[in-house]
Amino acid sequence: MNEGTATRPLVDRLLAAHGWLVYLFFYAPIVVLTVFSFNDNSRVGVWTRPSLRWYGEMFRNDDIMRAIRNTLIVAAVSTVVSVVLGTAAAISMERFRFRGQRAMDGLLYLPIIIPDVTMAVMMLLFFVQAFDLLEGFTGIRLNLGLGTISLAHIAFNISYVAVVVRARLAGMDPHLTEAAADLYATPWQTFRRVTLPLIMPGVAGGALLALTLSLDDVVVTSFVTGPGSTTLPVYVFGLVRREVSPLINAVSTAMLLASILLVGVSLGFQRRSGARQGPSDEDEGDANDATTPMVGHLGRVGADAGGM
Amino acid sequence: MVAESVDLETRAERAESRRGLLIGLPTYLYLILFFAVPLVIVLVYSFATRTRTGSTALSDWNLDSWARVFQGPALEVSIRSLILAAVTTLLSLVLSYPFAYWIATRPARLRAILLVLVMIPFWSNFLVRTYAMKFLMGSEGPLSLISQLFGGPPVRILFTQWAVLIGLVYGYMPFMILPLYAALERMDWSLVEAARDLYASGWTAFRKVTLPLSMPGVVAGSVLVFIPALGAYVTPAILGGGRTPLLGDYIVQQFLQARNWPYGAALSMAVMVVMLIATVFYFRKGGRTL
Amino acid sequence: MSRPAVELVGITKRFGDVVAVDDLDLTVGDGEFFSLLGPSGCGKTTTLRMIAGFEYPTEGTLKIHGEEMGLRPPNERPVNTVFQSYALFPHMTVADNVAFGLQMRKVPSAEIEARVKRVLDQVQLRHRADAKPSQLSGGQRQRVALARALVNEPEVLLLDEPLGALDLKLRQNMQVELKELQNRVGITFIYVTHDQEEALTMSDRIGVMDEGKLLQVGTPEEIYEGPRSRFVADFIGDINLITATVSGPDRVRLGNGQEIEVRSPGPVGEEVTLALRPERLELYDLDEPMPENHTKLRGKVIRRMYYGDAYFYDVEVGLDHPLEVKEENRPDVETYDMGEETVVCWDPAAVNVVTD
Repeated sequence: MNEGTATRPLVDRLLAAHGWLVYLFFYAPIVVLTVFSFNDNSRVGVWTRPSLRWYGEMFRNDDIMRAIRNTLIVAAVSTVVSVVLGTAAAISMERFRFRGQRAMDGLLYLPIIIPDVTMAVMMLLFFVQAFDLLEGFTGIRLNLGLGTISLAHIAFNISYVAVVVRARLAGMDPHLTEAAADLYATPWQTFRRVTLPLIMPGVAGGALLALTLSLDDVVVTSFVTGPGSTTLPVYVFGLVRREVSPLINAVSTAMLLASILLVGVSLGFQRRSGARQGPSDEDEGDANDATTPMVGHLGRVGADAGGM
Repeated sequence: MVAESVDLETRAERAESRRGLLIGLPTYLYLILFFAVPLVIVLVYSFATRTRTGSTALSDWNLDSWARVFQGPALEVSIRSLILAAVTTLLSLVLSYPFAYWIATRPARLRAILLVLVMIPFWSNFLVRTYAMKFLMGSEGPLSLISQLFGGPPVRILFTQWAVLIGLVYGYMPFMILPLYAALERMDWSLVEAARDLYASGWTAFRKVTLPLSMPGVVAGSVLVFIPALGAYVTPAILGGGRTPLLGDYIVQQFLQARNWPYGAALSMAVMVVMLIATVFYFRKGGRTL
Repeated sequence: MSRPAVELVGITKRFGDVVAVDDLDLTVGDGEFFSLLGPSGCGKTTTLRMIAGFEYPTEGTLKIHGEEMGLRPPNERPVNTVFQSYALFPHMTVADNVAFGLQMRKVPSAEIEARVKRVLDQVQLRHRADAKPSQLSGGQRQRVALARALVNEPEVLLLDEPLGALDLKLRQNMQVELKELQNRVGITFIYVTHDQEEALTMSDRIGVMDEGKLLQVGTPEEIYEGPRSRFVADFIGDINLITATVSGPDRVRLGNGQEIEVRSPGPVGEEVTLALRPERLELYDLDEPMPENHTKLRGKVIRRMYYGDAYFYDVEVGLDHPLEVKEENRPDVETYDMGEETVVCWDPAAVNVVTD
C-alpha cells in the first residue's frame, strides 16, 4: 500500500505531462500558422509586424474566390443529397429485413473502407467511360466539372451519414415506434413525429461529417475536376506542394476557422438537444455526445459492425 | 382456415420487406451506379492495354499490369509504404495509449473539455493541418528560426521520410485516440479495484486487467491509422516533396503523369484488397465489441 | 360475459424454428381483468404483441370484439398498450405524450386539452404536465404511460409487465391503484406478468403459460388451490410435491411405504404427484391429540426459518424431500426446535393430484 501511495502521484504527473505535450503537438503547428498569417512580411519566416495584408490579397484573388464558391456549391449539394439518401438507407437497414440486405449492407460500408486513391481512380474511369458511351449514343459530350465532383462526393458521403444515423437508430428504444403505432400513428406519422426528432442529432452529426469530408477532399476531387471547377482544397493543394507563402497561410487560417466554426455549431447543437432531453446525467451525456460524430467519422467503429 | 392464416403472416412480412427495400432503393441504386459499377470498371481496366500514345485500349486483355504490381518499382514502393504505415501506427499507439488513459481517468467535467480539445484538430481541415506542419518544419519556418536564434543550424527535416512520418502521426493520431478512449472510458473500473483487492500491484492490475480489456480499442485504432496511412497521398506529397514516392502518389502518377491507366488500376485494386484484409482482421479481432 | 373482448383461436407463432406460442385458444370477456402469467420466454408477451398488432400470428385467428383483425396494423386496432419500458417519447412533454393518440385520431384540439387534463388528474400528474419523461420518477413515468393509453378510451388495454421496473412498495401501491382504476373505467385489461402475487391480487381470471402453451385458465382461487399440473403448482406459491403410487380408491402409497388417503387419485398402479401447500400442513407434538381423519406423518424438524409473520419448517419424514410446513406466528401456535420429533398432519381434502 505504501508503494502505491508513493508511485500514484508520480504516475499521474507523468501521464498529465504526456497529455499536455500531446496537446502541444496538436496545437503548436496550427497556432503558429495562425499567428504568421497575420505577418505583413512577404518572406514567411521573417516577422515584421501584424497586418491583415494577406487576407486582403485573398479576397482580391479571383481564383481563390471562384474556388471557394465551387467548394461551397459542391459541399452544399453533396451534403443535402447524401443526408437524405444516407438516412433513408440507415432506416432501411436498421428497421427492416429484406432479401439482398447483406449485399447492400456491404455496398454501404465499402466506400468507407476503400482508400481515397482507389475511390478517385474509380470515379475518373467511370466518368470517362460513361461520357464516352453517352457521346457514342447521343452525340452529346459531357465534361468533368462541378457535377461530377458532386456526384463523387455524394458517393462517399452517403456511407458516412448512414453509419452515424444507424448508430443513433440502433440506440433508440424500438418500443417507441411501436408505441406510436399503438397510439394510432400511421408509419409516416410515426417517422415524422417520433423517429425523425429522435434521430435528429444523428442526422445532424452525419450532415456535419458529410460537410467536413466534402470540404476536406483533395484526392477524389482532383481526379474528377474540370476546367474552372477547381475547389479550394484542390487549389490550395496545388500551391502548397510547391511553396510556403503568406497568402497560403491566410487562406489556410480561414479554412481552419471555418472548420472550428463547424465544430462549435455542432457542439452547440448537441448541447441544446442534450438539454432538451432533460437535465439528468448531463455530464455523461456531454462526453458521449462529443464522441458520437467521431465514432461516426471512424465509421468502421459503428456498433453494427456485425453486419459485415 | 389455417392455410389462409399462414398466408397472412407471410403477406405481412413481404409487405414489410418491400417497404424496407423501397425506402432504401434510391440509395442502393445510387451506390450501384456510382460505386459498384465504377469498381467493376477499374477491375476491367486493370486487364486492358496501354497504347503508345498513352490512351487505354479496351482490348488485348492481359495480366501484364498485375504482373508489374509484384515487381521492381511497385514492390519497392509497396514495401516502403507498408513500413512507413506500420511505424506510423506503432508510434501513434505508443503516444495515444497513455494519452487516452489519462483523459479517460479524469473527472467527467474535465474529460468533456479534454475531449473537445481532441476534436478540434480532428475536425480541422486535414490539408491545412498538413500544411501547418510544412510551415513549421520548413528551413525558413519558426522551428528553424528558433534553432538559429540559439546559434544552432537551420532545421532540415522537410522533404525527408521523417517529415512524412511526423505528418502522418500528426494527421491520423486522433483515429487512434478515440477508439482507445472509447474502450477505456467504457471500462468497469471496479474490475481494476477487484484485481488490486486480490493482491495485484498497480502495474500488474494494468497489465492483467486494463490492457486486455482495452484490446478492442487497440486493434480498432491500429487498423484505423494503418489503412489511411498506407494509402496516404496528401501528406507525402506535401511533406515528402515527392522524392521517394509512396503508394498513394505512385498510383496518382500513373494516371496524371505516366498515363498508364491499366497499371494504375491494377495498383489501386491491389491496395484496396490489402485494406479489405485489414478491415476483415479488424472485425474479427474485436471491432465488433466496440 | 356478454360479448367476448378478445378471442384467440388456434394461435401459433413461430420465429424461424422457435415456437413462441403453440396452438393457443383463449377468450377474454368484456370488462374482465385477465392476467397472462408465466416465466420469461413462455410466450405471454408474444401473445400480447399479437393482440396489439406488433406481430402477426403464423396460424390461427384473432378477433377483438367479434371483428377479425387479420393484417390490421396496430394503429387501426381498438386497443392500447402500456409497455414494460413505458416507451414514453423522450422528446415530448408529459401532456404531449398523453395527447399523441388523440392528435393522431384528429380529435378537435379543445377536446384533446380537456381529456388530457382529465386523465392527468386521474393519475395525479396534472402538476407535471410540462415535464419531460426524463424528469419523472419511475412511478410517475408508469402513470404517464397508463394515462397515455387510457385517454384514448380503448376497448381493450394491454399491459406488458407494467410494474416490473418499480420497487416493491410502489409496486404494491400500484397494484391496488390499477385494480381500482380498472373497476372505475370498466375497460378490459389483459395483463402480462411473471409475478404470481400481482396476478393473484388483481385478476378476475389468470391464464398460466409455459413454453408457448396455455396450461390452465381460472380464477386466482382455482389456480392457487387447484393447480392441475406440476408446473402450475410449482410456479405459483410454495408447494410440496410428493411422488406416490395409487394403491386403491382414495388411497396412495408413498415412497416410504406408508399408505395415505387422497380423494380420487386415479387408476390403481399409476404413479402420481401430490401437491400440498405448506400452510395446509400442521405440526403436532407426538402425544398431542390430533384431528381424527387427518393424514399423519411422523418426522423430525431439520430446519426452522423465521419470516416474521410465520415460521417455515423443513420436516424429514422419510420421503425424497423433506416436507415444508408453514405455521403462522401467533401466541397460540407452538414452535418447534431443530431436531425435535413431530407429526405432520393434514386434511386429505387439501391434497391436489397434478399431472407432470
